[in-house]
Amino acid sequence: MTSLASLPTINNLAKSLTSLCLGIGALLALMIVTKTTSAPMAFHGYLMIAAFVLGIIAILNMGFNNNGKIKADLSPSGVYYNDTVIKAGVIAAAFWGVAGFLVGDVIAWQLAFPALNFDLPWTNFGRLRPLHTSAVIFAFGGNVLIATSFYVVQRTSKARLAGEIAPWFVFWGYQLFIVLAATGYLLGITQGKEYAEPEWYVDLWLTIVWVTYLLVFLGTLVRRKEPHIFVANWFYLAFIVTVAMLHLVNNMSMPVSFTEPKSYVLFSGVQDALTQWWYGHNAVGFFLTAGFLGIMYYFVPKRAERPIYSYRLSIVHFWSLIFLYIWAGPHHLHYTALPEWAQTLGMTFSIILWMPSWGGMINGLMTLSGAWDKLRTDPVLKMMVVSLAFYGMSTFEGPLMSIKAVNSLSHYTDWTVGHVHSGALGWVAYVSFGALYCLFPWLWKRKDLYSLKLVNIHFWISTIGIVLYICAMWVSGIMQGLMWRAYDSLGFLEYSFVETVEAMHPYYIIRAAGGLLFVIGSLVMVYNLWKTARGEGNAVTLDNARPALAQ
Amino acid sequence: MTHQDVANFAESWGLAFLFGMFAIAIIYALWPNNKTKFTKAAHRPLDEE
Repeated sequence: MTSLASLPTINNLAKSLTSLCLGIGALLALMIVTKTTSAPMAFHGYLMIAAFVLGIIAILNMGFNNNGKIKADLSPSGVYYNDTVIKAGVIAAAFWGVAGFLVGDVIAWQLAFPALNFDLPWTNFGRLRPLHTSAVIFAFGGNVLIATSFYVVQRTSKARLAGEIAPWFVFWGYQLFIVLAATGYLLGITQGKEYAEPEWYVDLWLTIVWVTYLLVFLGTLVRRKEPHIFVANWFYLAFIVTVAMLHLVNNMSMPVSFTEPKSYVLFSGVQDALTQWWYGHNAVGFFLTAGFLGIMYYFVPKRAERPIYSYRLSIVHFWSLIFLYIWAGPHHLHYTALPEWAQTLGMTFSIILWMPSWGGMINGLMTLSGAWDKLRTDPVLKMMVVSLAFYGMSTFEGPLMSIKAVNSLSHYTDWTVGHVHSGALGWVAYVSFGALYCLFPWLWKRKDLYSLKLVNIHFWISTIGIVLYICAMWVSGIMQGLMWRAYDSLGFLEYSFVETVEAMHPYYIIRAAGGLLFVIGSLVMVYNLWKTARGEGNAVTLDNARPALAQ
Repeated sequence: MTHQDVANFAESWGLAFLFGMFAIAIIYALWPNNKTKFTKAAHRPLDEE
């Protein structure tokens, strides 16, 4: 242990200023409530007022009656890590994960049996679908990324998170964003941009939260004890910076009034489409890839107890992704009004991405060299290794589908949906589950998880679910594409649209059943994590856990 | 400044700039003197706690 650091304290000026800002926010929200003609936006106004007032109370309560000191455990390396906010983050991630998977499975059944729409506006497919995508990508994935990035940047920098209020503001501010977005979709507020559905005022709120996130991350890096910035932090930083840029550019719009939800985008026509898919594909590249690679480069070595196979390769992996991904977006707009050269550019860069993606996958897998036997005994590591296999598979399939000739068959079909889910369920969700299974015992200072057997059960149930899902979508997608392009001897279309829908019905049932298995698996995980936090089963409390210091 | 000017600039200087930056990143990754630093960094997740 190095010199005994003093307990983190909270600055009174920061408390007053943040409370003041939240108070102004509450007043603005009150103005919206009184002036708006939109009932859903008034509801959002009330939500914001409630959130801001609770926020002020929570801030004033920080360090209250304790001389401004914040409770924290001293780590063996002599740093008071901020782990409480990470605990909140992993709980939120598990909660939103189950919610998002469940909504996804509901809409999968709706596609097979449209009567499940119940003829209600709030539960129709069009509103539930963005609820599902935002819940799994931004609520589940986002909370996993915020929590793991806070964990990794502290541990690899040997420094406490910058700020005392700011990390909590990022956490709760992000939850408010999720609730505003989700309730907005159900009540009919959307700007109709895929993965960027929230309207202008929710976008502005996310901007404030995201910039604070960037500042907390950078501030912690500035405090680092080691001169070299560990590679996982580079991935996280690229994720935070790029998402900020994408969010700002793609959401440039003009609201019709400051008290109405509706706004108009500043771009029009094909420029709007290109901007949207520049955003959309880089949300895949930087949110769903770079961020989760940050998880991989810390959690896989940590869990396997082996160093990163090739640190040099990890740097090449990082910079290649940065320089290549940003150009791949136009492959979403093949055979549209987008200029031919731009389509070809998008396709070319997508194909070049094969190399760094597979380089990164091999780097992650080879990190297990000398520890492959652990796959027999550690289902958590097994889950992470399978996530890397899915990373490799979906980054192979993606470039393949970006080739124009292939895309002419695959575009607008279920093949795309299957591709997205092999990446999202197989790669993103599995590496996240792996991280959650690691973090719960670490954060709650338990020797092990409640039950490794349950992890194994989770692994097999959801793997079978994923396989059912993606195989069903391959068959139905390719069939759908072939039926659309079939002509008879007179040059007429062979099939009407509704005939293709009818042919896909059995595969929709298989897909929904696969999704159900995935949901069940995630419930098994939540039970296991809950028991781990409670300290039951194998999750015995570690003896050397230091009690919270009183002073 | 016309669209053509911007396109020409992007296709020449823009390309050279991005390519140069990427080359610098690769040289940094492969520079022999950095080996010890990188070996140490590869072990960073394995530090206690």
